[in-house]
Amino acid sequence: MSKKKLKVSAIRNGTVIDHIRPGKAFSVVKILHLDETDETVTITSRVASKVSGTKDIVKIEDRELLTEEVSSIALISPEATVNIIKEYEVIDKRNVRLPDTIENILPCSNPVCITNHEPVVTVFRVERSRPIVLRCHYCERTMQEKDVVKVLG
Amino acid sequence: MVQDIISIRDLEKADIENALLTAADMERFAEKGTTMAQGKILSTLFFEPSTRTMMSFQSAMNRLGGKVIGFSDIKSISVQKGETLSDTVRMMEQYSDIIVIRHPLEGSARLAAEVADVPVINAGDGANQHPTQTLLDLYTIKKEFDTIDGLTIALMGDLKYGRTVHSLAYALSLYDVELVFVSPRELRMPHEVTEHLKEKKTPYREVVNLEDIPKVDLVYATRIQKERFADPNEYERTKDAYRIDKSSIRLLGDARIMHPLPRVSEIAPEIDKTPNALYFEQAGNGIPVRMALLSMLMGVNR
Repeated sequence: MSKKKLKVSAIRNGTVIDHIRPGKAFSVVKILHLDETDETVTITSRVASKVSGTKDIVKIEDRELLTEEVSSIALISPEATVNIIKEYEVIDKRNVRLPDTIENILPCSNPVCITNHEPVVTVFRVERSRPIVLRCHYCERTMQEKDVVKVLG
Repeated sequence: MVQDIISIRDLEKADIENALLTAADMERFAEKGTTMAQGKILSTLFFEPSTRTMMSFQSAMNRLGGKVIGFSDIKSISVQKGETLSDTVRMMEQYSDIIVIRHPLEGSARLAAEVADVPVINAGDGANQHPTQTLLDLYTIKKEFDTIDGLTIALMGDLKYGRTVHSLAYALSLYDVELVFVSPRELRMPHEVTEHLKEKKTPYREVVNLEDIPKVDLVYATRIQKERFADPNEYERTKDAYRIDKSSIRLLGDARIMHPLPRVSEIAPEIDKTPNALYFEQAGNGIPVRMALLSMLMGVNR
């Protein structure tokens, strides 16, 4: 078995999130709450990519992630692709696209926003996707890409 | 029709026009009062003091024939014991038909409106929004000029941090106006607001000196706050440079002067008695405007 294969072994059924920006796999896990799941999750960070230097990959076995579930990872890795695997075959491949609203994913970067002081589910409207501009539903302040990266890592 | 008044961003031009028309209609009750809100109770939840805003709402509700309960000092309520805003609002809505809230945290009024089944009016959430101020500003302009369209309006002072001028610029972009921003370079109108104006194709220009203001119909002056300046001398210079007095009136001609009050030194007292001064009338317009909003949201206006 070659070394390469060992690193990025195939899964039988489930979801493979590929082309994640290098080092961002851990944030993807956090955003998708994969640290709380019962399924087997494999995180591969900084493997060689044919497209761009290195990339991260996250695999979730025996679970098909829904489009709306994964769309928010576009916040930190807009080039990521989502592959649905059945019996070792890719049966569906999608690009991630930011949804219109982002709920319960990231804290507001405004320290005097009510959501940082009360138990409130955060809601952001996506005003622009490239570059990212989000507006907090509560304090109405905007978050830029750099603010998102700061809070999501 | 909107359920709550939380942010000027929520309002469409038709909502604003409707509120202004209702306010004009309220003028006849603003002195003598009416009984249309008899039996209704307003609760004023003031988590930070703002005496004039609170009294304006109290006066408006009293003129409508309703009653007012509330607090203006969080020391007296359970917030001190660690109660959440959501819980305080859920309690108070059991006691009243409509809620007016002022809170230092941004977004607090939006949260209150989501929690409460009764209508909620935002009377200021930190540096974010104070929509009834904006509506009374628009009402004052319309009452004075019979129109908002076609006017050239200067906004002067601290345009960077001034919540009032941001909301007003936003609201004015719904009308056919020309705007002039007058401020020191370090207190210019934020990019976000000017971008919005570009999108709405509202013409604006920026000038630094009061002397450079072109012919305008109205100057909206705001306070320049000491805490915005690292250097106290710089503050003193700036403050004096944007002071409206008799000599600046010569430059401004018959332009009307508005100010959200309280003023410090932005407008000399010698202006008060001139036909230019519109700021006390502006404060008074808070009553019919708030009567309009309260009655509309309670569904008691005829």
